[in-house]
This record gives sequence, C-alpha cells and structure tokens, in this order.
Amino acid sequence: MSILVTPDTKIIVQGITGDFGARHARLSLDYGTKVAAGVTPGKGGQVFEHGPHRVPIFNSVAEAAAATGASVSVIFVPPPYAADAIFECVDAGLDLAVTITEGIPVRDMVKVKRAMLGRKTRLIGPNCPGVVTPGTGDHSQGGCRIGIAPGYIHKKGSVGVVSRSGTLTYEAVFQLTTQGIGQSTCVGIGGDPVNGTSHLDVVRMFNDDPETRGMIIIGEIGGTAEVEAARWIKANCRKPVAGFIAGATAPAGRRMGHAGAIVGGTEDTAAAKIAVFRECGIEVAETPSDMAGALVRAALARGVKLV
Amino acid sequence: MNIHEYQAKALFEKFGLPAPKGAPATSPAGFDAALAVLPEGPTMVKSQIHAGGRGKGTFKDGFKGGVKYCRTKAEAREAAGRMLGNTLVTAQTGPGGRKVQTVYFTAASDIKKEYYLAILLDRASSRPVIVASTEGGVEIEKVAHESPEKIVRTVIDPAYGVADFQVRDLVTRLGFNAAEGKNAARFIRTLVSLYGATDASMVEINPLITTPSGEVLALDAKVSFDDNALFRHPEIVALRDLNEEDPKEIEASRHALNYIALDGSIACLVNGAGLAMSTMDIIKHYGGNPANFLDVGGGASKDQVSAAFKIILGDAAVRGIFVNIFGGIMDCNVIATGIVEAVRELGLKLPLVVRLEGNNVAAGKATLAASGLTIVSGDTMADAARKIVALVA
Repeated sequence: MSILVTPDTKIIVQGITGDFGARHARLSLDYGTKVAAGVTPGKGGQVFEHGPHRVPIFNSVAEAAAATGASVSVIFVPPPYAADAIFECVDAGLDLAVTITEGIPVRDMVKVKRAMLGRKTRLIGPNCPGVVTPGTGDHSQGGCRIGIAPGYIHKKGSVGVVSRSGTLTYEAVFQLTTQGIGQSTCVGIGGDPVNGTSHLDVVRMFNDDPETRGMIIIGEIGGTAEVEAARWIKANCRKPVAGFIAGATAPAGRRMGHAGAIVGGTEDTAAAKIAVFRECGIEVAETPSDMAGALVRAALARGVKLV
Repeated sequence: MNIHEYQAKALFEKFGLPAPKGAPATSPAGFDAALAVLPEGPTMVKSQIHAGGRGKGTFKDGFKGGVKYCRTKAEAREAAGRMLGNTLVTAQTGPGGRKVQTVYFTAASDIKKEYYLAILLDRASSRPVIVASTEGGVEIEKVAHESPEKIVRTVIDPAYGVADFQVRDLVTRLGFNAAEGKNAARFIRTLVSLYGATDASMVEINPLITTPSGEVLALDAKVSFDDNALFRHPEIVALRDLNEEDPKEIEASRHALNYIALDGSIACLVNGAGLAMSTMDIIKHYGGNPANFLDVGGGASKDQVSAAFKIILGDAAVRGIFVNIFGGIMDCNVIATGIVEAVRELGLKLPLVVRLEGNNVAAGKATLAASGLTIVSGDTMADAARKIVALVA
C-alpha cells in the first residue's frame, strides 16, 4: 500500500490553465497519474489537452468533484487567492487538498486552518512539493504524482519520506533509488509556519501502513514539529527511522528561504532537534548525503529488510 | 519586513494606541522642528536602527547609549548630534554596527511600572497569541528562562477574535488597578486589531508602562510584517528603509533570489531553501565556512544564475564558490550553460566546484567539461563540499 494516495487516485488541478499548473498537470499525465479534472473559474467547459489526454475544465471544485468522482485536489492558485481555493476544497468535501502555492499570507492560512476544524478535508502544504506514490513502471511510471516533484527519480518500495523541503526530499529519494531502495509514499509538508499536515501526522500514517517498513524524516530550523514527531516515535514506533535537520549554520532570527525556517529560541535550533532525534532512537544523518545511508544503518540495527 | 520605532509609533497613533509624544529627525537642521512638537522638560533621544539592545549599545566613537534620557531639550539636541551619522554597535547588530540615520525625540514619561506585551504567531496552535509579563523593560527571553511563571499567554481564536473574558483575565493577571485596567484592556484590544489589519507577524512593546495618573503607554514599539502579505499593504511597503538592509540582499530580491550574507569564505548557489541551508551545513561539516545562503528557486533561469554569481562576487570575503543544483524538473544542461556563460562573462578566477544532479545531468556535466574552464565537478554533495573546502584552505 501507500499513504494518502494510490496510483488509482483521481485528482483535480486547481489553476490548470496557469503556466505553472499546466506544466505540472502535463508532467503528472506523462507519469501516468489520473488527472481527472481542472478548475479555473470562468473557463468551465473548456478542455485541457495534452497528447492523448483530454482533461475537462470546470468553474468550481464542487462541479469537478461531482462530475468526475475525484476527491483529491492540487492547488496551483496564486497566493492572493490560494486560501480561498483551499476553502473551496473543504466546502466541496474533498478528502485531500495539496497546496503547492508559495507565499500565502500567514493570516489567510490561520483563518483557513480554523475553518477546516471538524471538516473532513486534509490539507498538505502550502509551499510544498506535494505527494508522490511511485508506480511499478519504468522510472516509477504509473504512480500518483501530485505537485511538482520529479516523478522519474522514484522507485516503488517500502520507505516513507516526509519533509518540509522540496529539494531535500528529492535528494533523499534519489539516494534511496540509487541504492535500489524504493519508496511507499513521499510527502512534502511544506516550509510555511502554518501548514495543514505535520511531520507527526505523516509519521502516524507511515506507522500504520503495513507496506512502509522504514522512514526518513527531514526537518529544519524553526518550530518544534520535528520534536513532537520524534517523541511520538520513541513511544509508539518500532520501524527504523532516519532523520536529518537542515540549518545548523543558519544565523538566529533570519528567515532562511522558507517562511517557517527561522530560529526564534533555544528549542527550535538544528542542534536541539538533532539532540532530541538521537534521544528518541532516530538515526541521524550527519550530512544531507547520508540520509539513505542513515536509514540503512537504522534498518540493519533493527533487523528490518528495506528491499 | 521590519520598520523603525518612530514608524511603528505613527502606526500606533493611527490606530489610537497611546504613546508619549514624539518626532523624528534625519538631520541636525531638523532637530528644532522635531523638538518643537514636544513639551518642555525631560526628553528621550532614541537612535533609529532595526536592531534591539540600543540602550546598552556603544557608538564607534565611544559615545555610550543609543537611547538617552535628557533633562532638557538642549541636552537632547546635543545627544542627538552625537548619535546621528554615528555607528551604533549593539548585541544584535554584530561588530560592524549600524549607522544611525534617524533619531527620534519623545517626551520622557513618569513611569509607575513597566510591563511587556506582544502579539505573535503561536506555531503549535497556528493561531495568534498574546504574550504579556509584569517584567517589562528587560529581555523577555531572560524572563522566560529565569521566571517563566511571570509570563502569561492567551491564544486568540481567529474565528471570534480576542474575547472579553480573555482580556479581563490578562488585565487581572498582570495586576493592573481599576483605572489602569480599563486603559490596558482598551490597549490590548486595539493592538489585536492592529496586528490583524496590518498583517503583522509580530508586535512587541517593551516596555508598556503605567504612569502615576493611570495612563497606559507604549514606551517602545517593535513591529514586523508578514512578507507574504505585503502585496496588499502598499502603505507598509512605503515604510521600508533600504539603509537597514544589506545592498547584496536588496539586489538579490530584485532578481527573485533569496540571499542572506554570512561571514564565511565559501559562497554557495543552490536551488531550494532546504538544500541551500544544508549546503551551508555540509561546508561547515567538512571544515569550511559558508559566505552566504542563496536559493535560486526551483526553476533557476540563466539570468538568475548570472545575477547570483554577480551578487556572490560582490562579497570581498569570498574565496571559492560551491554550486549545488538538484535539477529535478529543470534541465541540468540549461543550468550548466548558464554557469559557463556567467563564468566567462565575469572572468571568474576563484575556485568553483559544481555538483549537478537530476534531469539531463550527463549533458550538463559534458557542457561543463567542454567549456575549457577550470570548473571542478563533484559527484555527491559530500564529495563537492570536501573539494571546495580543500581548494579554499
């Protein structure tokens, strides 16, 4: 299995007629992902064409969901309108809204997150690369690629990856694939201070997924979400876990690219998080080149076969 | 984005938040006009820089204190003359200090007691939180460390805003008397409005004071705004003071590059924030020191790469460059071509190590190798980091 999405998941692309959304909708179609509908208000009735694919465009998420049965949406809507796009998914009762958009005002996210309380929709992101469940074809084709990750670097398998950073996720996936180790699902939860799904949420899902045999958690400075996940792992998880925290050399008080990557106190530094990882039995990657290596060590120590 | 205290106080005035009367001046010629706004008598002179610890700071010429209490306007005029144009070094500015280009005069207040009041984002609950303390005028981090029980926190529900009972509770726990309490409650509610209406990421008042007559006043004001929300606040963007920012960082933002200057000797050029941070880390891990954080974004164009090289080379401390690109979607050959062009155009003499991985990487590496330039190739991040550290040593 996998978490969140399977190769059969049908997806809606909000913002499919914009440059960014269109480009990644095409790449997802090429990967074999079931892109069922596009949404662009005012362009309902048009068709998004790519090779043999004809994707119908709707004016609203509710219409797209009703017409196609899709229950997952990916959002490529520009920052001023992105929070509204998320709320539209919640209102339409979707299962999952994956928000790629970078630069959404924090106040908008605070409001949307409050509005999502008690509703069934799960939000991933914003400011994230999305979710990939690799397929069984060449270069993992036939999988479900939601967002902007390069599909071809994946390989179907048993390792779960969760990260706040896009390129670091690709780095970890590439290392695993190069060593012949496949992935169950890779989840980018995004680099913003207010996001929909935490490291812990994803770790719990990986822990419950029988096909996920080990996981890599990638974090960075700022906030304490990685610490929360590590403590839960120590108490509840028997699967091998490797971890990496970026930003050991970041100066305090400066925002390092990601809106959420800022050291504010003594508990959200890389050193503090790494110390908690160690204390919780997570094998720490000394450098970003060592992420797959660290997981292999953790698996060996627990007698778990990753392949 | 940060603003100066005098700008924050002007914003406070617009919202009806009480603070001592004040006026800024940017030249000695402006001192008299600024002081004319204030009543006769004790006056504060405050250096306007975007860094804390001003009161305990020292100027480069030895003059002590970036914030001064003066008994008369004449004394204030003299102190302001010492500060303006002088460079103030505080615990937060680094050894280089910051040049004071504006001074702010305010009427000195009669202080009964000092408090701390702030509103910021509570990341754990994804909601705004009011943080307050009876220990004002000292660093809040110190209070949090030494007497955490003296800090009170109230999380605001974004669906309802701050509730009456929450404000009452704060006022009671901070120990205000009846007259002060009324003013404090109004102050807190107004500050919450300001925080929301301006898309602030933090407002901090340290100290907030009471006077013997029961007034509640903001003696200091620190406000920073969510960069993501600036598009809907042109009036706030207009407050940006480019003098307070590193010129290289300003140039970078013009090219949609994310650059932060550091004090090492190995410059980095990376795609993606997480990878950029960990590139700095891996340089340090192998014994070098990063000169900067530089994220060219997911889809680095040739122009961006070229602009990035120019910015990097504007830092005289740079002794070598580490380019680390994981081209997931973008074509590594496009990046390689951009690097070769930039190096040729700039006549780069410093050691350059490039680690390329991802889409069309073989062609990218071939382009680098065929360029005839001395570009060292790294196979992995670790390999490349070791190479650049060795070349710079």
